[in-house]
Amino acid sequence: MMNLLKDNRGGQIFLALLAVLTIFIPILNLGMPETSPFHVSTYTVTLLGKYLAFALLALSVDLVWGYMGILSLGHGAFFALGGYAMGMYLMLQIGDRGVYGNPDLPDFMVFLNWPEIPWFWNGFDNFWFAMIMVALVPGLLAFIFGALAFRSRVTGVYLSIMTQALTYALLLAFFRNEMGFGGNNGLTDFKDILGFSLQADSTRIGLFIASAIALALGYLSCRTIVVSRLGRVAVAIRDTEDRVRFIGYRVDKVKLAIFTFSAVLAGIAGALYVPQVGIINPGEFSPLRSIELVVWVAIGGRTTLYGAVLGAFIVNYSKTYLTGVAPETWLFALGALFVLVTLYLPNGIVGLLKRKGEEA
Amino acid sequence: MISLSLLFSSSSFAETTNSESFIQALVQLQSKSYKDKGKAIEQLVTTKDERVQSILEAMLKARLFYTKEDKVTVIGKKHPDGFSLKSVLNQKDLGVLSKSKLKKIKVNNKLRGILRAKIASLSLSSPNANVRLKAVKQMFGKTDKAIITALKIHLEDEKDSDVKNKIEVLLRINDLNSSDKVVQLSAIKALRNDLNPETRNKLEILKDSPDAEIASASKGALENIKKKLGFYENVNTAFFGLSLGSVLVLAAIGLAITFGVMGVINMAHGELIMLGAYTTYVIQQIMPNHIGLSLLVAVPAAFIVSGSVGILIERLVIRHLYGRPLETLLATFGISLILQQAVRSIFSPLNRAVETPAWMAGSLEINPALALTYNRLYILLFCLAVFAFLFLIIKKTSLGLSVQAVSQNRSMARAMGIRASRVDALTFGLGSGIAGIAGVALSQLTNVGPNLGQDYIIDSFMVVVFGGVGNLWGTLISGFTLGIANKFMEPWAGAVLAKILVLVFIILFIQKRPRGLFPQKGRAAES
Repeated sequence: MMNLLKDNRGGQIFLALLAVLTIFIPILNLGMPETSPFHVSTYTVTLLGKYLAFALLALSVDLVWGYMGILSLGHGAFFALGGYAMGMYLMLQIGDRGVYGNPDLPDFMVFLNWPEIPWFWNGFDNFWFAMIMVALVPGLLAFIFGALAFRSRVTGVYLSIMTQALTYALLLAFFRNEMGFGGNNGLTDFKDILGFSLQADSTRIGLFIASAIALALGYLSCRTIVVSRLGRVAVAIRDTEDRVRFIGYRVDKVKLAIFTFSAVLAGIAGALYVPQVGIINPGEFSPLRSIELVVWVAIGGRTTLYGAVLGAFIVNYSKTYLTGVAPETWLFALGALFVLVTLYLPNGIVGLLKRKGEEA
Repeated sequence: MISLSLLFSSSSFAETTNSESFIQALVQLQSKSYKDKGKAIEQLVTTKDERVQSILEAMLKARLFYTKEDKVTVIGKKHPDGFSLKSVLNQKDLGVLSKSKLKKIKVNNKLRGILRAKIASLSLSSPNANVRLKAVKQMFGKTDKAIITALKIHLEDEKDSDVKNKIEVLLRINDLNSSDKVVQLSAIKALRNDLNPETRNKLEILKDSPDAEIASASKGALENIKKKLGFYENVNTAFFGLSLGSVLVLAAIGLAITFGVMGVINMAHGELIMLGAYTTYVIQQIMPNHIGLSLLVAVPAAFIVSGSVGILIERLVIRHLYGRPLETLLATFGISLILQQAVRSIFSPLNRAVETPAWMAGSLEINPALALTYNRLYILLFCLAVFAFLFLIIKKTSLGLSVQAVSQNRSMARAMGIRASRVDALTFGLGSGIAGIAGVALSQLTNVGPNLGQDYIIDSFMVVVFGGVGNLWGTLISGFTLGIANKFMEPWAGAVLAKILVLVFIILFIQKRPRGLFPQKGRAAES
């Protein structure tokens, strides 16, 4: 572990901050009376928890984009699939407390006159089965898609457009009521997770801590990959793919391994996101969402991992702030960020800080 | 108040020329005796007054009244407060009157027969062949003895062959009901190729006829008709496919220039289409009285608007990012967000209504089973025209040659004295302008709103990638192929699933042939 953080100031600072956050936020939320100026509201805790899930998602994008040169415009799809797997578990925990009070069927199925629960919902009432699916479903999709794409050497913008088409196709599919995932409305109205009520402050804190731990582990595992031989080959592929292939490496296998791992990370991020926001719907598949998260990475600074985390926090905080204060300016701001960062900040904020540091 | 206006109109009918016998007949219609009413109808018809037909039609539909107070004959239409009235003399609105103040001019079955026959022969007596054809078409499924007799009489004088054919078909359909087996059989034989739903309905009944000969003849005829119908249904689907394809080609053809020839990933392409559609809207607002003309004005206007925005984007952003495709993709996506929000702020986030000129409405009826709507037909033609225009520019003009030279070997082209950066700007402007023109066409088919561009960007990229980058013909063929494939899958898969299947198909296809249907060959293929 020390090895991973040696010569990695940014990573050290990031993990230290994350640890401080994880220890003090719960204390400030549960320990302080609500009147105290140091009290952190549950709303803020949930918001931070959401950002942590986004940060994990940004990590997964940075891993494939920063270190392997694959600009995926479809990572939102893996995130959403993980989210849906979690949502299905949460949906089945509602039991007979739904609007229709049907103990076997979720509300939307009663509403659509489904006679029984479809086969692919089987097993999702078990938490651990659902957790396996959270990783397995996005991983499997990435594996199949990647195996096809990398073997036939679809690269660059073609690959980007294909990933976009993938998430677009899933978006259309999940909008259909016949798919059995709640159609347009998605899955919502969750009650509890593992027996703990989702409305309780302690559960929120628990989810926040879980997200923080997942992010820390995600960061360390990405770091492990990056410093390993596999990671070095990946960087070499990013820089000159053909040369790596001629040297004798199986480029497609390296890509496939890292791409699949990244999709699993994105799926886990989705699973952490859903119980905190309380809804998952097909909107998460929209191509816009996937491109947006590429910007998080670009703004934070790619090929640093912690830069992606920084970007996710900054962009999402601005989004929360701007859509609250002046909603019509948000798209202007986001659009301008895209243009300015690509033109003037190719290495993102981290790059800017590093340059400042070297000058000083 | 109302009776005043009625009086006023009854005094004003002296101004329009109302012959003595016309007025007399109108009064006689109010008689209680059906016999007198029959005579009145006869008299009305002999006046040859052009208002007679509408009066008879209203009478047949039991919508002809007269006011109890001053005995004015009116046409009434159901209204919450009774009936809204129209003068039979000059079609003027006479306001609303409660039911109790009106007396309906009643008809019995015999009169109904007479009315139908008279109306039929009246409409058949028009000097305009189109009117006659329309009249005959309206009679399908509504024939009775009186009409058939009128038709038979009229057939002898009919000169126009289209009308004649229609009447003959109508008479044959009537013959299917005949009690004479020979007549029936010959009618079945003659109607073997007839596609009117009326014929089909009658034959469906006859196929269960106790008479074996008639039953088998009807069955044969039905099978033949169904085969034909199936064929025309396919033609219809293919036409829908072509029309969807032409939309795809229009949306993608500009991209084929910027992405295909220049290699620039322009994610704002959809928004350039959207700008074209909004230009159409603005021009219609400027000239609201000339909708048809405004569309023609909108084509060059949209080209200029989207083209100049495109050149601006190229000069300000894309120029700095050549050779970095992924960064270009992100930056242009940012631009697309800005353009979307700009339109949302200026025009409101709601869809704008763009009117369709009259000549785009309606359809070209080829036979009873096949009608091609004009707007789709025009868009198909428009798409081909735009393609030809673009093709000529690229292949025949000096700009086009420069574009090809720069895209094949930039430094060599510059060494030959081509100002590469100017060519870049112009090419991008051309591609963007074509996107604007596509927007004009799309404004006639879909809603014009801030999301218009987003809906087409992925499809456009699919078309270009599927067809093969850098190949205009590839784009054309792939657009039509995808359009037709989509429409043929729709009946059994549903619209959304068909689209998903097409997307999945393209994703798989690209794995097999990463460079599309028509890959570039030779040196241009490198990179």
